[in-house]
Amino acid sequence: MQPVAAGVMSPFHAGVFSLVVFTILVMLFIASQLFLAAWLGEKKKSPEKSRPYECGIIPTGSARFRYPVPFYLVAIFFLIFDVEGAFIITWAVVYRKVGLPGYEQMSFFIVLLLAGLFYIWKQGGLDWRETGKRADS
Amino acid sequence: MLLWIAGFIILLIKLTIVLGVVLFLAGYLVWVERKFLARLQIRYGPNRAGPFGLLQPIADIVKMITKEDTVPDGADRTFFLIAPAVVALTALLMFSVVPFGKDITLLGQKVPLVVTDLNIGLLFVFAMSSLSVYGVALGGWASNSKYGLLGGIRGAAQMISYELSLGLSLVPIVMMAHSFSMVDIVQAQQRYPFILFQPVAFLIFVVSAMAESKRIPFDLPEAENELVAGYHTEYSGMRFGLFFLGEYVHIMVFGGILAVLFLGGWRGPFLPPVVWLLIKIFLVALFMIWVRGTLPRLRYDQLMTLGWKVLIPLALINILVTGAIGLIFGG
Repeated sequence: MQPVAAGVMSPFHAGVFSLVVFTILVMLFIASQLFLAAWLGEKKKSPEKSRPYECGIIPTGSARFRYPVPFYLVAIFFLIFDVEGAFIITWAVVYRKVGLPGYEQMSFFIVLLLAGLFYIWKQGGLDWRETGKRADS
Repeated sequence: MLLWIAGFIILLIKLTIVLGVVLFLAGYLVWVERKFLARLQIRYGPNRAGPFGLLQPIADIVKMITKEDTVPDGADRTFFLIAPAVVALTALLMFSVVPFGKDITLLGQKVPLVVTDLNIGLLFVFAMSSLSVYGVALGGWASNSKYGLLGGIRGAAQMISYELSLGLSLVPIVMMAHSFSMVDIVQAQQRYPFILFQPVAFLIFVVSAMAESKRIPFDLPEAENELVAGYHTEYSGMRFGLFFLGEYVHIMVFGGILAVLFLGGWRGPFLPPVVWLLIKIFLVALFMIWVRGTLPRLRYDQLMTLGWKVLIPLALINILVTGAIGLIFGG
């Protein structure tokens, strides 16, 4: 038999087509589990059961409260560092080809990144411990 | 056309076997964990369902399916219902780039023993592990519970912080293999596994991977003595089951990725490749269970300090050192 052309739709090629089929299989599996649970599961509603769990006490106030600022800071630092990580990753693939000049430029970039990290560190952006100075939220 | 249909059937069989084996092993990993953890704590663990409690995973599934699927009052229904599916889906999809053997030949065609050999395989893993943050954060936020919300935001902050060190720790591996494709990375370890060249990257990766899969000592998003169960406090029945499944598939996936990146993937003497990969995954899983039985939970500020002040600078310095050594000695 002659080989099937290695196209996108070829089932013998471990490419995107295979991934799509796998994704569909996984989704079918999860859907079947949820369907079975909805079909066979118990269905008895009661106000006690559907109340959010707070160790048996009737919940007070909204559950969508404001949360501490450091979480926002972490999210912002993550964005910055992840974008810069993307630059490093692209360099890593062609690291042999770009040779010494590429390494020099990249090491400057990484040192700059480290300097930025130490700056955040010094400014207290990474401190989670209560310092006593922070006002109550 | 006939050949295409035959190939499609082979593909379906292959993918179903992969999915079945992953789910089966994840189910039995729960049993292994309960049994091994029990032994570490000098108790017996599950021993009622079947010999040595071997039917326990099946009993668990039956129980989860027949339990009621409750939605708490005031919950955001849509997000509450899809969040567990996101966690399970991303964890299972991550396994699709792990190669488990050399190509075999069927019907005169090469059948690769990997679900998908993307040329950006490693980036696909990162993408999926970032997407699973959505499951945790949305699940915690949507359940209208204070514990859930606290667990969700803790989980989101922890997972994005450790994802940085996870990604940066693997840059040296990409530098040595010149590729993101998992198949190529296994090819590059034909002579020596990368753990011999990259012990620092290995350590950073193990710690970050444990934090990413929210295991003790990094299980702050679900710390049961502070937050009841964190982001999945309000979940019951099979939706809780999907979170649970996601966690155990995650352990297996990290075992597989660790094996591929540092331990030579499916390579090994005498035994067939798939068996070697499974042995390596099993050893990684045992290690993670052992750690769970040994270490106490970190405090939140310790967790963030470890991630941002130790692992990320170490990973960046490791990249610089690897680059320098590679340029001096490498041809």
